[in-house]
Amino acid sequence: MSLTDIPPRPLESDERSNSDDAITSGSLAGAPMLGIFAGAVVIGALSWLPFGGVNWARWVIVTLLAYVIGTLIISRVVESPRQATDRFATAVMSSAFLLVMLPLVSVVWTVVERGANRFDWTFYSETMRGVIGEGGGGYHAIVGTLIVTSLTALFAIPFGLFTAIYLVEYANGSRFSKAVTALVDVMTGIPSIVAGLFAYALFVLIDGPGHRSGLAGAVALTLLMTPVVVRTSEEMLRLVPNELREASFALGVPRWRTITKVVLPTAIAGILTGIVLAVARVIGETAPLLVTVGITANLNKNPLSGRMATLPVFSYNSYKFPTLPPEASIDRAWTAALTLVLIVMVLFVTARILSSILKPKGLR
Amino acid sequence: MNRSATRAPYFEASIPMTDSVRAPATAPNEPVDANAPVDLPNRIDIRDLDIYYGDFKAVEGVSMTINPRSVTALIGPSGCGKSTFLRSMNRMHEVIRGAYVDGEVIINGRNLYGPGVDPVAVRRKVGMVFQRPNPFPTMSIADNVLAGKKLNSKRMSKSVAAELVETSLRGANLWNEVKDRLDGPGSGLSGGQQQRLCIARAIAVEPDVLLMDEPCSALDPISTLAIEELMLELKNSYNIVIVTHNMQQAARVSDRTGFFNIEGTGKPGRLIEMDATEKIFSNPTEQQTQDYVTGRFG
Amino acid sequence: MTILDNSPPGDTDASSIDEPVGKAGDKIFFGLSFGAAALILVTLAAVAIFLFLEGLPIFTSDTAELDGDGSFVSYVGPLVFGTIYISVIALVLATPVAIAVALYVSHYAPRKLAQSLGSFIDLLAAIPSVVYGLWGITVLAPVMARSVFPWLRENLGFIPLFGSDVPIAQSGRSTLTVGVVLAVMILPIITAISREVFIQTPRLHEEASIALGATRWEMIRQAVIPYGRSGVISGAMLGLGRALGETMAVAIILSPAKGYFWDVLTAQNSNSIAANIALQFPESSGLEVNRLIATGLVLFVITFGVNAIARRIANAGFSGADG
Ligand SMILES: Nc1ncnc2c1ncn2[C@@H]1O[C@H](COP(=O)(O)OP(=O)(O)OP(=O)(O)O)[C@@H](O)[C@H]1O
Ligand SMILES: [Mg+2]
Repeated sequence: MSLTDIPPRPLESDERSNSDDAITSGSLAGAPMLGIFAGAVVIGALSWLPFGGVNWARWVIVTLLAYVIGTLIISRVVESPRQATDRFATAVMSSAFLLVMLPLVSVVWTVVERGANRFDWTFYSETMRGVIGEGGGGYHAIVGTLIVTSLTALFAIPFGLFTAIYLVEYANGSRFSKAVTALVDVMTGIPSIVAGLFAYALFVLIDGPGHRSGLAGAVALTLLMTPVVVRTSEEMLRLVPNELREASFALGVPRWRTITKVVLPTAIAGILTGIVLAVARVIGETAPLLVTVGITANLNKNPLSGRMATLPVFSYNSYKFPTLPPEASIDRAWTAALTLVLIVMVLFVTARILSSILKPKGLR
Repeated sequence: MNRSATRAPYFEASIPMTDSVRAPATAPNEPVDANAPVDLPNRIDIRDLDIYYGDFKAVEGVSMTINPRSVTALIGPSGCGKSTFLRSMNRMHEVIRGAYVDGEVIINGRNLYGPGVDPVAVRRKVGMVFQRPNPFPTMSIADNVLAGKKLNSKRMSKSVAAELVETSLRGANLWNEVKDRLDGPGSGLSGGQQQRLCIARAIAVEPDVLLMDEPCSALDPISTLAIEELMLELKNSYNIVIVTHNMQQAARVSDRTGFFNIEGTGKPGRLIEMDATEKIFSNPTEQQTQDYVTGRFG
Repeated sequence: MTILDNSPPGDTDASSIDEPVGKAGDKIFFGLSFGAAALILVTLAAVAIFLFLEGLPIFTSDTAELDGDGSFVSYVGPLVFGTIYISVIALVLATPVAIAVALYVSHYAPRKLAQSLGSFIDLLAAIPSVVYGLWGITVLAPVMARSVFPWLRENLGFIPLFGSDVPIAQSGRSTLTVGVVLAVMILPIITAISREVFIQTPRLHEEASIALGATRWEMIRQAVIPYGRSGVISGAMLGLGRALGETMAVAIILSPAKGYFWDVLTAQNSNSIAANIALQFPESSGLEVNRLIATGLVLFVITFGVNAIARRIANAGFSGADG
């Protein structure tokens, strides 16, 4: 992607002729802007070249600064002040975008690089049972994450979907439906750690202090996932044209069959995408699991009782409380993080594919 | 079905309205006198119907009789409540939040708004075709036709289903155009074909009455002609009520015409006059009707 | 019922209009939907009640067994301060950049690219916070300690934020580092919401501006920004809400101390409520747990307030959008 060669949208097709006095005064469009950018890249390189090894961060930041300032000055000289302001704004926007790429690329790069150390079969097949120092793996944490997340999805999907169906298909503007809408908003804003504390408090009442279980974790995550499912499903259901509902009613189809056979199939692409993204969001939640599920070195497949390892908590714990030698522990933390990122990416791609496969072709 | 006998005078439509308005070339096969109430099955009697959207009274005091085996047209200026009235005849009106109806709609001696009447069952007896074609986008052409049956979880053998698809599509004059792509998406058809698919879908449920709300307004003249011909065929089997803004169309296809009008915004619409189509368009009783059908409305 | 002889053939079940159709199914389905909606109410009531019940003992019991002076207000005060301080820093850093990125995606980037950029930004919002935490302490903190902190202390040390008697944190595990990491984390949210409203700018306004001979930037200033202002503000408030509740990144990176600290460069930092819970909870028992839950309730109230303000602004902004 070139910074300077942004094809104008039809709307702005006349902007280049936009100087103060004549429509043909000096223009920097095209090659000259590329030149400015190239110059900025060189200046950026000079910021680290004298000191040896490549410093990517410094390179990017200095380049962008030089590009923005250079554009402003040169355009002011060659073109008009108005044109210069416009070019300056363009340079700032695109630079901001590249600037944001910097930490994000760095995050992904770091996770991959450090996670690679233990990206081996042992990590995916062994638990931490009896492991001190090197070796061991996150198998128990992966199983735990799968169990807790599946339970969460099992609770949150029907809960959220039926709530959305109520809001779109049945609600009649009553106080009750308004309250539900408002409270879904409130739920969206619950901090994850508070959701964890709630689930803990709930299970303490049932089981007494110190309760830890996968189920409690799933309850906490359900609190976080449900509002996301409600919001996206609601949005998708509202996109289904009313004409389809009416067509179905007019055929003498009862409302519930209209919903299950006409409305839901029409909206299913968007709803599934939303659900997959909601799963992606909760699968990396750490804080609520820390207080409800805890951590253990052993494989525990029973969500009803006892601590369970989960990937995010395993990662956090391995980093924060490393065993000796610390490097082995920290490597495991990174590989767990890498695994999480990979799962999230897979879920994202799945969502993409789902939405393109299932989208009804003829929907206006 | 006898096609040639029911051919509409399509090409006469271009004659100026004032004197072109004439009875449909087709003599209605039955009843002979369109005005006389006939005591046949599926006659619809409407008594003193008021229709509301929440606090707003959209239609007031409508009483009329709709004869079976005929086409009844409803005309009137925009916003006078034709669609509202039509939708109240199969209880589709109450689907809208806050909407309700006061009065009686009697078919075969049963008041549709009487106690114990199930609106869902009513809609199977009184089918409806909408202004914009709305086939189900997730279903194939065949499934669209079967939707009314399938969505009601009627189990059908393959052969029965195939037969129903064919008779319904034939009934809607669509069979020849789609018989090779019954599994294709319904939304892949042209607008006119989609509308006929919607008609096929409606008649597959085997209703007694078919309501059509401006079924041709989104269509080109050729598709319009196709649907008008279809109506003239269908009236041998169904009781058809059509809302239209096209007065030539009303003149061509209908046996009786009802004229609705509204006094002003915020006022309810009323049925001004209802009579044989020939009479409404040539010599109506009311001045308002005369003004409207001659285009002097304002 | 259909007596007319030439009615279409088919199965001839002559049902009458008062034979209920699908009534049971309708009842069950409505029951499920209504039940789910009602459960939302019950759940939120339960959250409030349980947190309150489990937090209450801190006010009613003898607090002698707790460390320090045991007064809840003096315990939670610095945490509230830390929570808000860190979040506001993140917000101040993230918002301008997020607006610029949103404008870039909505009005500068080519259409096709804009779409993939949009979903890329959404993907970033889904990267788990524990990953950002690990990155922050491993990669960012050393860079900050090496090149940013000394510069700030030397050149801007006259501002209390960057100057105090306490030496800068050699580890980089200070409020400013956490603020930067949180800024990166909330940036996708603010960007996504701003982009949404910028895209919705009425074409008419934009064209009116362009037709008057405005440059692209002038058009954005005249048409897009006024239109999107309330959306951006509500997006920023939602980002703030997210930052207030963010736990793991803070818990991993920050080196906390007890008290109120303004200097963002040192190893003495006011902790946030959420991070404090995450750090203390596994080791806590008895009344300590109640105290942590009470702080959680405080956090809930703060985020609730911020989100309520965000929603109020958003609703005031788009009167046209249906609720
Ligand atoms: N869903 C609704 N809610 C409230 N009022 C409505 C609704 N639909 C229609 N109305 C009102 O009822 C009156 C009659 O509307 P209706 O759609 O029946 O008119 P119409 O005769 O079919 O007009 P047109 O010829 O334009 O289709 C109008 O004043 C309209 O504003
Ligand atoms: Mg209408």
